[in-house]
Amino acid sequence: MEVAEVEAEVEKKATATRSRLIVRLAALLVSHSTLVSVVCCLAGLIALLVLPLLAKNTYISENALLPGSANPVLSYQHVTQANNLIMDIMSIADDKQAPDIEIPKLIAKYMEILGAETYHHKFSQPQNQFHPLYFFSSSPNSPPTLANLSYGTSTVGIIRAPRGDGKEAIVLVSPYNTQNAGGIDASASASSIGLAFSVFSLLSRATWLAKDIIWVASDSRFGDHTSVSAWLNDYHNPNFIGDASSTRIFKRAGTMACGIVFKVVEKERREKYEDRDVVTLYAEASNGQMPNLDLLNVVHYLAVHRQGIRVRIGMFGGLVKSHLVRVLGEVMQQVGRFARSLNPDWRFEMPSSEYVEGTATLASSIYSQALGVPTGPHGAFRDYQVDAVTLELSPRFSLKNEHTRLAFLLKGGRLIEGTVRSVNNLLEKFHQSFFLYFLTAPNKFVSVGVYMIPFAFLVAPLPIIAASLFNLTSNRNPWRWLHTAKPLLITHTWSVVVTLLPFYISKISDLPSTHCMLTWAGGSLMALVILYIVFGSPYSKHVEWRLLKAVMIASVSIGLCLMSIINFATAQIGALFVVPMCLFALPIRVKTNNSLIRSMVMTCNLVMAVLGFPVTAVALMQGVIKGFGTVSILEFWDSMKFLWGWNSATYLYLVLVHLPCWLLFLHILFHPCR
Amino acid sequence: MASHTFLSLLLFYLYSFHLLRPIYCSFGSNGFETTSVPKEEEFSEELLLKPLPDYKVLAHFHFTSTSPPSSSNGKHHHLFPKSIAQLVKKYKIRELELSFTQGRWNYDRWGASDPLSTANGKPPGVELWALFDIPTKEEIDATWRNLTHSLSGLFCASINFLESSTSYSAPLWGFLPNNGDLRYGALPREAVCTENLTPWLKLLPCRDKAGIASLLDRPSIYRGHYHSQRLKLRSDGLNGIVIEQTLSVVLQPIDRTSWSMHQLFKKSLTGKCALAKSSKVFLEIEGTLVSQNENILELVGEADMVTNDQRDHSTIYQYNVERYSEHEALDIRVNWKKLLQVSFLQAPLHASRFLMGSGNERGSIAISLQSARNSTKGLYDNSKNCFTRVVIFQVVPWYVKVYYHTLRIYVDGAIRDAKDVVEKINVAPSEDKVSPGTLEMMLQFPCGMMSAALTLDFDKGFLHIDEYPPDANQGFDIPSALVSFPDFISRRIYPDSISSPLLQSYKGRNIVKSYTEVLLVPLTTPDFSMPYNVITFTCTVLALYFGSMVNVLRRRVSEEERLAKSKDKRKPGLIPLLISKISNKVRGIKEDSANQSQSSQPILGPKVVFKVVLIALIAVLGHYIFNSS
Repeated sequence: MEVAEVEAEVEKKATATRSRLIVRLAALLVSHSTLVSVVCCLAGLIALLVLPLLAKNTYISENALLPGSANPVLSYQHVTQANNLIMDIMSIADDKQAPDIEIPKLIAKYMEILGAETYHHKFSQPQNQFHPLYFFSSSPNSPPTLANLSYGTSTVGIIRAPRGDGKEAIVLVSPYNTQNAGGIDASASASSIGLAFSVFSLLSRATWLAKDIIWVASDSRFGDHTSVSAWLNDYHNPNFIGDASSTRIFKRAGTMACGIVFKVVEKERREKYEDRDVVTLYAEASNGQMPNLDLLNVVHYLAVHRQGIRVRIGMFGGLVKSHLVRVLGEVMQQVGRFARSLNPDWRFEMPSSEYVEGTATLASSIYSQALGVPTGPHGAFRDYQVDAVTLELSPRFSLKNEHTRLAFLLKGGRLIEGTVRSVNNLLEKFHQSFFLYFLTAPNKFVSVGVYMIPFAFLVAPLPIIAASLFNLTSNRNPWRWLHTAKPLLITHTWSVVVTLLPFYISKISDLPSTHCMLTWAGGSLMALVILYIVFGSPYSKHVEWRLLKAVMIASVSIGLCLMSIINFATAQIGALFVVPMCLFALPIRVKTNNSLIRSMVMTCNLVMAVLGFPVTAVALMQGVIKGFGTVSILEFWDSMKFLWGWNSATYLYLVLVHLPCWLLFLHILFHPCR
Repeated sequence: MASHTFLSLLLFYLYSFHLLRPIYCSFGSNGFETTSVPKEEEFSEELLLKPLPDYKVLAHFHFTSTSPPSSSNGKHHHLFPKSIAQLVKKYKIRELELSFTQGRWNYDRWGASDPLSTANGKPPGVELWALFDIPTKEEIDATWRNLTHSLSGLFCASINFLESSTSYSAPLWGFLPNNGDLRYGALPREAVCTENLTPWLKLLPCRDKAGIASLLDRPSIYRGHYHSQRLKLRSDGLNGIVIEQTLSVVLQPIDRTSWSMHQLFKKSLTGKCALAKSSKVFLEIEGTLVSQNENILELVGEADMVTNDQRDHSTIYQYNVERYSEHEALDIRVNWKKLLQVSFLQAPLHASRFLMGSGNERGSIAISLQSARNSTKGLYDNSKNCFTRVVIFQVVPWYVKVYYHTLRIYVDGAIRDAKDVVEKINVAPSEDKVSPGTLEMMLQFPCGMMSAALTLDFDKGFLHIDEYPPDANQGFDIPSALVSFPDFISRRIYPDSISSPLLQSYKGRNIVKSYTEVLLVPLTTPDFSMPYNVITFTCTVLALYFGSMVNVLRRRVSEEERLAKSKDKRKPGLIPLLISKISNKVRGIKEDSANQSQSSQPILGPKVVFKVVLIALIAVLGHYIFNSS
């Protein structure tokens, strides 16, 4: 007996006299699909808005870290040494005699005085090329072509732990720019090196080290990320073929336990008066990966409770001023107050200003994760499963004054010393705390168990709607969906073609981005027309619009669920766009009784047909977050180039899940309804 | 105080006993060559101090005890540690070496091809190897297991972890040429502390109460940058049992330019151990330093003898401890007049080993060999037919599944066919949970080579949940590999006027060798904090799967339909009846039509929803009013 047949029969009997409870419940849900979907979607939206209220305070989960248990010993002596280095760098930069050669030499000389093993790492700018097949693998191992290109030189110093066994290492990275050595932020750039040197000189004498220390003074002439990622690639995947001199001098120090990137940024004009030094944390790595929360906690704890430095994380300033969010904040405060008066144990009351800030921070956190692009050089570490964080230190007073500079270096150096010491205490790698979280404040986070709820609410109605639509069709053949599989297949084939087109377009060199954009659009349109000519029209006799919608919803829900595994934040934002499209889709020609509802749904549909188009959706998203003044639709090519340059899976989502969904939506909208 | 007097009494007793015994051994011939078999148990203590180029100081303690082949006193010993003698006798050990090491020997700075560093460089943690005088393999394995347990008890260390067949191997020629009676094991993670030193000191006749061992102040020696404590024993019918106990520490003087023994050890040497046949302190100055000796170094303290070795590699200053007493302690002081960066003799190739790749699935082990040609120019001959031989010995635990066929060898940036380079190879692949993988490989490189690299790919295995150690998230260690250069011999020959077991050991043909780093492989680790979640989750999935499968397979739909029909005629159960009655009442539908229209009529009508909401509102309001009042 065929199982499928049996199942179909069982299904048919499901609503009959006596069937099992689970089947009856499913039938109940399906029969109330509209109510369920409306309730679920609303619940999802509300849960998303309530997330800042549900954020918990961070805590240090790994006991071995013991942050701040030892008094910092970084002294003025170390800082004055570092200051000498800064002065030397500045004088080289002023002389303008090949600073890109002289500065690495100078840093190496200073490192050697401390007894560190040093070498220079040369790297060239990687070709920003589209590799459709390398999306989820690490960056391709191509032999460096240093011959004809300009290259950067990073200086690397290694301190071997006196009694350690050399199995693990802590990496300190301080980016500096030799090209811009005489520029505006020269003193800040030199201060990053000075800061690293002061810590390094302390660690070179430390007897408590259990892990080796690697200091990478990375040349950021091609961007901060490039140099670090090139060095990490050579560390993990050395190339033995070809010129062996570079692999000869390359030294290693075991498995990396943690990476700490820090740079000093001096803000020329501050928006508001700062009463403290500020450290800004950047943690998002590629495809929404985050370092272990414990690492952020340690930095936050040491900065706030030991050094008195203010900690910031990314936040959308536009949202703080937005009226809508403020009103929401007020509502939340009132609701919280009311709930508390009902039962004093319900303590989710939050001042509206806090809510607004939390929302702005959360939005920034979700957006940076959803973009799938690392926010700093720490992203390169995460590609090798190393936890890393970028600290951007900005001083309260100008660094040009030597006195304030020394004080600032001492403070920043002690923060880094404390962090290194905590990580050094670790026996195991970071594993205790969360890896999946959003931050709503430097010391507040939403863990995976909480932030999954809105997404689950948004996605839950999709299968129910699909099932109810499937039941509503006139055709009773259980294999009836097979006819609609054809348009689905065509759409997805088309989306694959659209995904791969940029690879060939980017091969044509020197096209301005608007031309590329137009070529892409034209090529996609042509591909669609060809596909329809080859496979026939999507509106064949058997294709009912209900079935088409059911199939579309099924494919979208699969796509969303897959994406939620790869990059949750992308799926979360995508669901906000795609789920309404799936629920509201209705052909224009369909006849209904209630004309008011029909006209409302039609308006919604037309609006969504415009907004749901990936180009406008991306523009809308960026507009909401960065302000609409800066957004232009023609920049789509550039933003996509940016995404695939960083191997972001968001690009795949946009083209392989969102775009077919939109196309099927249009198909349904213009369905003839025979 | 009482124990002190008792001890001195005991010492005196032993010493007088020692003096009363007739002396057969001729002291006149001071040669290693003569090797006159001592008829008596002997003990000698030595300390060698050596300034290192980076202003650190190597202190090498060397204690030798010998026991003649047939002791005239039966099973009793005077000086020789009885526990070791019993060990040798019971397990039929021919040779054994046990080392406890903390820190890494810095081959670049502290030397790699002189005999002292060849002997001193040991892998971090515990390393044990033994040669047995037993014919069959099974018996050797059983003996090894017993031996590890005995040593574990003797030295307060977890050497017993070497008992499992997954942790030791039997190399044939990569470590030491043998006939299959060698067993080798290493525990890279073993921490070394005073609890290992105390039993080691107990083997000495004077312990650390007198003589050179009294310098061993625990805080000073454990503050060092490198600490290696070893026990090496040889036993044969001719010489009896010889144990060499050595302790090498690399210390950092507080003042880099000037140090003295007292500053280093915080103790002073006031006399020899009364039971020692000889008690000497040497100061060795490397040849590269001594050529400009007069300008750079200044020695305070008069040496009893100053000699050079035959090739002028080094100068030895000898101090006899007998001459010193409590009133005049031996305190060698070295002053550096000028700070100078010099390097010691390097090994012909500098070996380093590292992991490649990332992620929890696979990776590669790479061993990179780099020529140190700048420092040892004289050793090389650039002719075409000149080859350097390199032997690599590496043991890999089974959970790192090395694919030996993926061996790739790169010489000077070009990939080379393995059969051109490999002269001899012996591979024992690992067997899951039974034995580790062993690789012994003899390679031949052209002398003019600048760098070479070997890579081996591996997959990371899965361990059973109870095989994980308590700190599984740290990763798993691959013990150090041994890279030796059979064409290079490190030996130093000193004039016969110095009689010293320590310096005599330099005369042997020691092959230059160096240990590589220990590697840390991160493996996939389950989340140990949530076994409950994992169990419930898997059980739920399995239950759902099996439940539906069995359901589908077992059910006969037509039968059920018939049954259902016949059941419909009968009365339904009490509770379903009640529910249906209530729901029918609520919906106001007649009983007959209820059964047919169940699917089309929603149970949750707007009325029901309204009523439920109304009741909930009333309840909330009531709660609010009660709370506020």
